[in-house]
Amino acid sequence: MFTMTEAIQVEGLTKVYATSKGHAPLRAVDGVDFTVHQGEVFGFLGPNGAGKTTTIRMLTGLTRPTAGRASLLGLDLASELSHIKKRIGVVPEASNLYDELTAFDNLVFAMQLYGVPRQERNPRAEALLERFRLSEKRDAPFAKLSRGMKRALTIAAALAHRPTLIFLDEPTTGLDVMSARSLRQMIAALRDEGVTVFLTTHYLEEAERLCDRIAILVKGRIVALDSVAQLKAHTQESPVIEVSLRDTSGLIQVQRVETSGGVDVAVRQVMQQAEGYEIMKINTLQPSLEDVFVSLTGLSVEAMLAEKGGKGGGNASG
Amino acid sequence: MLVDDLRGMFYIALKDLKAYYFKPPNISWGILFPFAFILAFAIRNPGDLRALVPGLLALTILFGTSSMEAIVIVFERRTGSLERLMLAPVRLPAMLAGKLLGGMTFGLTVTLVVLVVSLAVFGAAGTNWLILFLSLILSATAFSALGAYVSVAVREIFEAQTLANFIRFPMMFLGGVFVPLASMPAWLQIVARFLPLTYSVEALRVALSGGSWATAALDLGMLAVFSVVLFVLAVYTLARHTE
Repeated sequence: MFTMTEAIQVEGLTKVYATSKGHAPLRAVDGVDFTVHQGEVFGFLGPNGAGKTTTIRMLTGLTRPTAGRASLLGLDLASELSHIKKRIGVVPEASNLYDELTAFDNLVFAMQLYGVPRQERNPRAEALLERFRLSEKRDAPFAKLSRGMKRALTIAAALAHRPTLIFLDEPTTGLDVMSARSLRQMIAALRDEGVTVFLTTHYLEEAERLCDRIAILVKGRIVALDSVAQLKAHTQESPVIEVSLRDTSGLIQVQRVETSGGVDVAVRQVMQQAEGYEIMKINTLQPSLEDVFVSLTGLSVEAMLAEKGGKGGGNASG
Repeated sequence: MLVDDLRGMFYIALKDLKAYYFKPPNISWGILFPFAFILAFAIRNPGDLRALVPGLLALTILFGTSSMEAIVIVFERRTGSLERLMLAPVRLPAMLAGKLLGGMTFGLTVTLVVLVVSLAVFGAAGTNWLILFLSLILSATAFSALGAYVSVAVREIFEAQTLANFIRFPMMFLGGVFVPLASMPAWLQIVARFLPLTYSVEALRVALSGGSWATAALDLGMLAVFSVVLFVLAVYTLARHTE
């Protein structure tokens, strides 16, 4: 039963693509169920080919689902798509505004398409440029902007008609550290304004920092869905004790001891290792989202990042 | 929903005109290319230059509407910006109609320049303005729809250019622009009847040089049929490619 209070409700959503003769059809998304609450940042994590983008394409009307149903903002996807389109914003993985139009004209065109009243367009475009720190590039063609600026302007264009739900597909992929950090601040600000954010990313630190809840998708199926804290709590990984030791020559070394055999055993082990050294620092490391991801998917994070073309997007600090 | 579609059509056309069409190279190419062809023909076969005007106008509309139209959609599909339009609250046929409107507006603008020059040189006596107006509009619609179909049928820009030229150049020589249909072999006359340019040239000839209303009505009707068929094919093909 779909309700008006949820931003997205999905039941049994499935997408099957026909393949060449003799090959089994490809189940890109295989009967997923999930709910996104109003005003939350919902992370959709998974390796390449997991079905993240296909799910977004189905929810935004670009691809027809093979089976299942969904409602967005209380509107049925199958029968009320044009009403849904007016109330959502979509930022695809590639920045896709018009190279030939200026930053300002791109924003105005986005508003024209969505029927923003004429008298509101110019002030809103100026305000968005200012908010995304692009006022100086107001009259520069989109083609002449840096990668980070293009990304920021693409997000600004998706917000031009004031959507209450926004889809961000890999927003920081390929960006330098500062641009990625700036974009993450913008995403956090959206949540503060009450906009629901559906975020796909393969940067686990980014997801951990930004998302209220996370779904992990593997081969078209959701293998876990919960808050970051709950996902960590449920994982089989145990905390690790990390000790920084200094020897007589002043050399510092770091030792890590797992607590899977019991904390008392681990502490005894730490004390044994510390004999003859000065203890500089002792920390307890909780399992990270990366540990959760690896234990749930069996995939290495490095392999997933490599698939996406390196570690662009910088670290998620900030 | 209809209001959304009409608004979308209008602004998509406006955006295309601003982003792609009204650029100096396009304008000069759109005007000079048909003139160059006609001039080359006139030098080789001096005679009644006024008789070449309908062909010149038809060629100007054909190249003015279809040259950019044939690559705009495939270009936007490559850059991902077509997806922006598909995410907007505008239905696919309306989005494509906006694309057509952009191509038509540009084609008709450059044709107007050529028409004014032609009428200034040869005079406007005997012109049937209603048939002229309808011929220009329906020709622009049919050729723009042809360009749109070419653009959605391929995946690369060079393929679009190749396919557009593969269709346009034979049509130029078979459509009665340089050689009257009646002087062609019978089988070529039959082939010519499957080409929209033939009807465009014939209708413009009736408008500028006189002829029967029945001929003009048939020509205009056929241009309308080409417009509808090519537009429906383009919508169907684009819907299938984007799924």
